[in-house]
Amino acid sequence: MKPFAYTRPAEAADAVAEVAANPDAAYIGGGTNLVDHMKLGIAEPTSLVDVRDLLSHRVEKLPDGRIRVGAAVPNSDLAAHPEIREHYPVLSQALLAGASGQLRNAATTGGNLLQRTRCVYFQNRAMPCNKREPGTGCAAIEGYGRYNAVLGASEHCVATHPSDMAVALTALGAQVRVLGPSGERTIDLPGLHRLPGDTPQRDTILEHGDLITAVDLPRLPLAARSAYRKVRDRASYAFALVSVAAALRVVDGTVEDVRVAFGGLAHAPWRAHRAEEELRGGPATEEAFRDAARAELADAETGPGNAFKVPMAVNTLAATLRDLSTEETS
Amino acid sequence: MEATITLHVDGEKRELTVDTRTTLLDALRDRLGNTSPKKGCDHGQCGSCTVLLEGRRVVSCLTFAVAHDGATVTTAAGLAGEDQLHPVARAFVDHDGFQCGYCTPGQVCSAVGMLEEAGADWPSHVTEDLRAPVTLDDAEIRERMSGNLCRCGAYVNIVAAIREASR
Amino acid sequence: MTSTLEPKSMGRPLTRVEGADKVTGRAPYAYEHPLSDPLYLHPVLSTIPHGRVTAVDTSGAEALPGVHTVLTPGNAERLADTEDREFAVLQSDEVSFHGQFVAAVVADTPETARQAAGLVKVDYERLSHDVVLTADHRGLYRPVEDADEGPSADTAQGDVEAALERAEVVVDHTYSTPTEHNNPMEPHTTTALWEEGTGHLTLYDSTQGVHVVRASVATVFGLDPERVRVVAPHVGGGFGSKGEAHAHNVLAAMAARALPGRPVKFALTRQQMFCLVGYRTPTIQRVRLGADRDGRLGAVSHDAVEQTSTIKEFTENSAMCSRWMYAAPHRRTTHRIAALDVPVNFWMRAPGECPGTYAAEAAMDELAHACGVDPVELRALNDPETDPQSGSPWSDRRLVQCLREGAERFGWHGRDPAPRSRREGDWLVGTGVASASYPHMFNPGSVAHVRHDGDGRYEVSIGAVDIGTGAWTSLTQIAADALGRPASDIRLRIGDTAFPSASVAGGSSGTSSWGTAIVAAARAFRDRHGDSPEPGAEASASAAEDTVDEGYSIYSFGAHFAEAWVNADTGEVRVPRMYGLFSIGRVVNPRTVRSQFLGGMVMGLSMALHEESYRDPRYGHIANGDFAEYHVPTNADVGDLRADWLDEEDPRATPMGSRGAGEIGIVGSPAAVANAVHHATGVRVRDLPITPDKLLR
Repeated sequence: MKPFAYTRPAEAADAVAEVAANPDAAYIGGGTNLVDHMKLGIAEPTSLVDVRDLLSHRVEKLPDGRIRVGAAVPNSDLAAHPEIREHYPVLSQALLAGASGQLRNAATTGGNLLQRTRCVYFQNRAMPCNKREPGTGCAAIEGYGRYNAVLGASEHCVATHPSDMAVALTALGAQVRVLGPSGERTIDLPGLHRLPGDTPQRDTILEHGDLITAVDLPRLPLAARSAYRKVRDRASYAFALVSVAAALRVVDGTVEDVRVAFGGLAHAPWRAHRAEEELRGGPATEEAFRDAARAELADAETGPGNAFKVPMAVNTLAATLRDLSTEETS
Repeated sequence: MEATITLHVDGEKRELTVDTRTTLLDALRDRLGNTSPKKGCDHGQCGSCTVLLEGRRVVSCLTFAVAHDGATVTTAAGLAGEDQLHPVARAFVDHDGFQCGYCTPGQVCSAVGMLEEAGADWPSHVTEDLRAPVTLDDAEIRERMSGNLCRCGAYVNIVAAIREASR
Repeated sequence: MTSTLEPKSMGRPLTRVEGADKVTGRAPYAYEHPLSDPLYLHPVLSTIPHGRVTAVDTSGAEALPGVHTVLTPGNAERLADTEDREFAVLQSDEVSFHGQFVAAVVADTPETARQAAGLVKVDYERLSHDVVLTADHRGLYRPVEDADEGPSADTAQGDVEAALERAEVVVDHTYSTPTEHNNPMEPHTTTALWEEGTGHLTLYDSTQGVHVVRASVATVFGLDPERVRVVAPHVGGGFGSKGEAHAHNVLAAMAARALPGRPVKFALTRQQMFCLVGYRTPTIQRVRLGADRDGRLGAVSHDAVEQTSTIKEFTENSAMCSRWMYAAPHRRTTHRIAALDVPVNFWMRAPGECPGTYAAEAAMDELAHACGVDPVELRALNDPETDPQSGSPWSDRRLVQCLREGAERFGWHGRDPAPRSRREGDWLVGTGVASASYPHMFNPGSVAHVRHDGDGRYEVSIGAVDIGTGAWTSLTQIAADALGRPASDIRLRIGDTAFPSASVAGGSSGTSSWGTAIVAAARAFRDRHGDSPEPGAEASASAAEDTVDEGYSIYSFGAHFAEAWVNADTGEVRVPRMYGLFSIGRVVNPRTVRSQFLGGMVMGLSMALHEESYRDPRYGHIANGDFAEYHVPTNADVGDLRADWLDEEDPRATPMGSRGAGEIGIVGSPAAVANAVHHATGVRVRDLPITPDKLLR
């Protein structure tokens, strides 16, 4: 790890100015991802700007019914918040499916969105990786492929996004509030995260110096009946092989509205627009759920290590929607 | 680059100069000689370094000491008085909730923090109804303690110890 | 054979004598002994699997303030004895595996050492490499065995091929297990101090054998063993990986000798542990069983293919368990290994018996299914009267009792034997059983020392180590009974070469070997000093050579039962219940022995469902080498596990009547889980681990 300067500005604008002025500066919040990467030598900031105290720790209801989550709200507090548990269970469940109690206590809302991939080649400096070192190649494509992407990947990168929370926020269509050198702006999910293309070094559309200040949850009555289902190699404390965030409203056996996003399949949380379209207005049956999932995965490209993700995603989405529809009728 | 900070560790005020790169874990172990929190992975993947930071359980390996100037840190060595055992620690001894003992201080701190969380009605991954109050049954204890790996496989006894201590 | 000790303290569930120190974290491990002015070592590891180091540029590292030295193949001291090539640290430019030490930095702080290590530039000449084991690997050979030592690679009785030919039912399958890493929670750590004036080397080490490490380090550096002290009062697990010295001990000592008077602390990182401290070889095992329609075995054939390293040979004796487990007139076992460009493989809990019994007991399950015989009864049917290997009588074979009583207690009966016959909601439910056995291991040569402190209080010293087994407590209990005193009158001293020589904590041999020495020392004390000894009276003795009755085959046995739930949609496996019933002779401490059994069962569950080190064929490294990707069970993965044992003693094994407990819990449990998964789903996964993708429909 390189030596670094550490500062803790009082105002967000000062923090943004400080980071924007130094290409080797980075924000630090909970640190659970960045410190890990600094130890591995895959992040080497020479200046850390601590934003944990200057960002909001509050979850507040806006006058228009939306919920504003401060970027410094710890994952555990957000998951336990009564408003989230009541109206956005998919978000609580996604948070609680991630990491461990200790990590959720430290990790922040903003930082969780910006988690970098767990690809084992990205994490190992001795390996080629286009995301870490553009132009060196992708060791993952022909390598340990269990966690590789099946949707939206490129010949340059097959990494997946590791966040559970971001999958739920993507299904909900949350908005990310960003303060940058040129002022504030709002990014609608899933627009924050990008697909790798030929610039896999960029995880998101954020520019250097941009600081996530809050996440706004839309007023979405549909979300009161929502769920997050995560399939992983052990019962807890493991990254997703496949995960599904879904919200469903069924009226008289017909899908009136639905939201679906997948985790574990792509470089970004994957909003399943195609599946949603197939489902809306159709019958709420297991077969319809499966057909919709298959439609979403029609373009999946797999290798020997991750081919299982297609049937796993189909089954997991079908099971999640089945449970949500059963819950509704019961 | 160095910084001078103050930490309140196990009830004692400690002033120390750290490299900004020094994690809270290494500050405790290497600088302050408090080796109660253990280093099992150094990457937040095992929980052996769990301490209570301002009362909340965290992994001390993934945070820099310099970010915690003035903070209160409690390790397993400071949960009770010098010659006493915290009820959770006592229950770990009685139920043989450990073998090699290396993950144990982290397990004990994690359990103490976890019981607070459950008491505050925080849900977990296995909580069936997010809208109902939390009941701390065995499945809840297991899930909430899953951030603390134990390679000796003492989990059954860890759960028994925490079950007893939670009563 | 000697008369057994009267159990007064033994058999009681004492809590661990070091318990309070461990739950508060005050018990010192190898990194944690208070020493002034320590230095910190961070190594540089090779990033190629095979080749030569052509240049090491240390200028960047040496320029950093706080760096004391950078050791390289060019400047490291020449070692006195490198016959064991695992210890030939920085002795040449050869690279024999990915992750080998090629340099090391010693600095004032861990941060500086780590940064400097990252600044060391190493150039390589790459040579072609071979890191992938296959069943038909061209380099397979029959492992060389010293005729005087250890078991033979192959055995054959009768005519297996002919017997299989005429068998009414044949099971013929190949089972594979992946590379697995021990991963004790405490990383391998050595704090080394060299005092130049006196020529004394002290190692605070995380080891299963202080005397074992002393012997190796003394040899490698050409030191008088009396001038090497190894200290390990508490060790954070080992599971075999700390059973001998490894290269890091040599590197730490080498650094200390380069910097006299300053302790050098060297803790491996979790990631480095995947390269340098042993692992379980992958295995490819073909098991063939020939039986009549009722399931009576006529032929047992078990062929194991495994790997070892090019620099040091170690054979995992996986097929050995089939030499004694079941009766069959025609039998054969073979072992073939290939030496690859990989790190040195070594012991991992129950080396041989663990992977071998998985394959053999999965095959027995397939035979039960093929014959339509209950799996418990199939095993009972084939229980041998005498040891099929030697013809010797059994000392105490109670496998059938474990199976039948275990079945009752688990609630085995009444199951529909048809796979995929029980469903609970979205979950497919099944149960499985497997047998377990483990040989009685006894290491002669351990010595114990007894000293009377006065007033009936005794100090008992032996250079044994407690790696979590409970030795601190169980040896105290043995000493108490041997001296006829309550345990509170015994002050046990272990974990230091300052105490008499003791064998390794491995092979489930510790309590047997050390306890026998303590009993011998107590008897010697009584013989010399009578019943009213003076304060300061003392005596030493070693365990008698004829402790174990050679006329008998002495094994521990057990039966494992597991219930598996498999999600019909996702293939996720949960194991809400496991039950183990064991026969291990006398149980010295029920509390700690139960923990050993349960811990072994958890590791067996882990082997069945989770553990796999993926070695990348292109780079030769373990790609998933950390705790995020190399999965061991979390608390949530472990359900209601129970372990019991039969009430017995085995005077032919040890004077305590005990055999070993540390390993039998992991023997058989993986097969019980795998068999339960098959019963639940109808899917027979023959390559561990059984991850969700392998069960998807």
